[in-house]
Amino acid sequence: MSLSEEQVGQIAYLARLSLSKKELESNTKDLNNILNLAEQLAQVDTHDVEPMAHPLHMSQRLRTDEVTEKDQSTLFQSIAPKTGKDHYLVPTVIE
Amino acid sequence: MHTKTIAQLSQGLKDKEFSSVELTQHYLNRINQSQLNAFITVTDDLAMKQAQAADEKIASNNANILTGIPYAHKDIFCTQGVKTSAGSKMLDNFISPYDATVSHQLNNADLVMLGKSNMDEFAMGSSNENSYYGSVKNPWDVTKIPGGSSGGSAAAVAARLSAFATGTDTGGSIRQPASLCGITGLKPTYGRVSRYGMIAYASSLDQAGPMTQTAEDAALVLNVMSGFDEKDSTSAEQDVQDYTANLNDSIKGLTIGLPKEFFSEGLDNEVADNVMAAVKEFEAMGATVKEVSLPNSAYAIPTYYIVAPCECSSNLSRLDGVRYGYRCEEPKDLEDLYLRSRSEAFGEEVKRRIMIGAYALSAGYYDAFYLKAQKTRHLISDDFKKAFENVDVIMGPVSPTTAFDLGSVKDPVSMYLADIYTLSANLAGLPGMSIPAGFAQNLPVGLQLIGNYWSESKLLNIAHQFQQQTDWHQKMPQEN
Repeated sequence: MSLSEEQVGQIAYLARLSLSKKELESNTKDLNNILNLAEQLAQVDTHDVEPMAHPLHMSQRLRTDEVTEKDQSTLFQSIAPKTGKDHYLVPTVIE
Repeated sequence: MHTKTIAQLSQGLKDKEFSSVELTQHYLNRINQSQLNAFITVTDDLAMKQAQAADEKIASNNANILTGIPYAHKDIFCTQGVKTSAGSKMLDNFISPYDATVSHQLNNADLVMLGKSNMDEFAMGSSNENSYYGSVKNPWDVTKIPGGSSGGSAAAVAARLSAFATGTDTGGSIRQPASLCGITGLKPTYGRVSRYGMIAYASSLDQAGPMTQTAEDAALVLNVMSGFDEKDSTSAEQDVQDYTANLNDSIKGLTIGLPKEFFSEGLDNEVADNVMAAVKEFEAMGATVKEVSLPNSAYAIPTYYIVAPCECSSNLSRLDGVRYGYRCEEPKDLEDLYLRSRSEAFGEEVKRRIMIGAYALSAGYYDAFYLKAQKTRHLISDDFKKAFENVDVIMGPVSPTTAFDLGSVKDPVSMYLADIYTLSANLAGLPGMSIPAGFAQNLPVGLQLIGNYWSESKLLNIAHQFQQQTDWHQKMPQEN
């Protein structure tokens, strides 16, 4: 298996990254090398083996459904790139 | 003062040989004179305030054993009011609005934070060359890497710029730099130390731990770092022991397992000689040695380099230039904002791992890569389970070679292959340590100890007993 530059560009876009022409070339080479390494996994017999979702095979602990966080929106918004009227501002999406 | 261990410094503070203010100023001077680039941020003013508060507690007999001890905090732990960059341009402007649980615990113990230590960007790297703030230099030879990702922490402790440091270990990031810099590093069992406020790379693998001169110091620090935290849903409801309690136990009758796969091709001969000499030392102390097999350990590399990137691509999707962190100049629309903020602020290795993860999780490839890797992970974990039926501890090298030249490994896959001996403990969730065990080509060599789940106390006991018989952990690099 080998990824083309076009496919790598598509993967980058899915991850919301844009690559320059030079980065696309180097990443295509590197990603293919890494995936070749990953293909060693095909040699492993995993018939009847359960996937390991948690290192200690524990299930997710749940807490009671109560509000525990106090409102810290002012504090959190103080480090945002751009805010206005208690909202995080981004370029206009809908006119 | 800086040559002393935490245990010795604590005694010195108690006996009023020196104050925490004097000690802190001494370390800050050493940091200012250092050329190692071990710190991203030095928190002079905060450190002096904390030292004054510590001295007051000591004067009024309200001190604990760690009161007034200065340390370096890996820049992956959120620290309220202090820049927390994770070694990335993305978070270069991020002043954390809250404390990580570990930061909170260390503050509660009256420790003095000297600054935030340098690291590979988002903890992705084995050489500390992936930091936005530049490489850290190995204190034993400034042309060499210190290891990574906790390279700043390891260099700071080795060069005695701090009494100890915090680290995090996702695939070896405490043990490998500890080995290459000649210090003691402990990665606890997954779930032992809270991950709350510790910037996530691969959530099912990340675990924080102490980086110190000695095993005794590691026990003292682990005592305050560990414990159940309801803010971390993966934190284990497991009692915290006093990790210093069993340090002096005899290790006579200890059974050491040597995995034959850890001593095959690729391991540097001199590193192997050092590791075997350390094992001989244990035999002289009354331990017996058995060969064990971890047949799937070679697959730890492809397994890790699928699982970790998958988790990282998911974790790092939150960094999009909207709520905090870097935002590109004049985005023309929302998509441009996402694309350019992320592309301009992430480094090469981070982008690579995000893309590998995005690909391996995508429709059509999920079964072949992610699911397959999670199944193989199970087999790797089962190998350990079998081995621990017959032995108390597993020993081997930490890294196949000593520290290599800065800038010498350019190919990502070659860099990944050097993680061979450390990855499997993370995949299984087991505790592991690196302790100084000698020198090859004038560079430190670490011995790795891997224990069964929750055996931190045993590992620290074994390491401490070794350090009673050897003086590798006391060796210090020349000043630079």
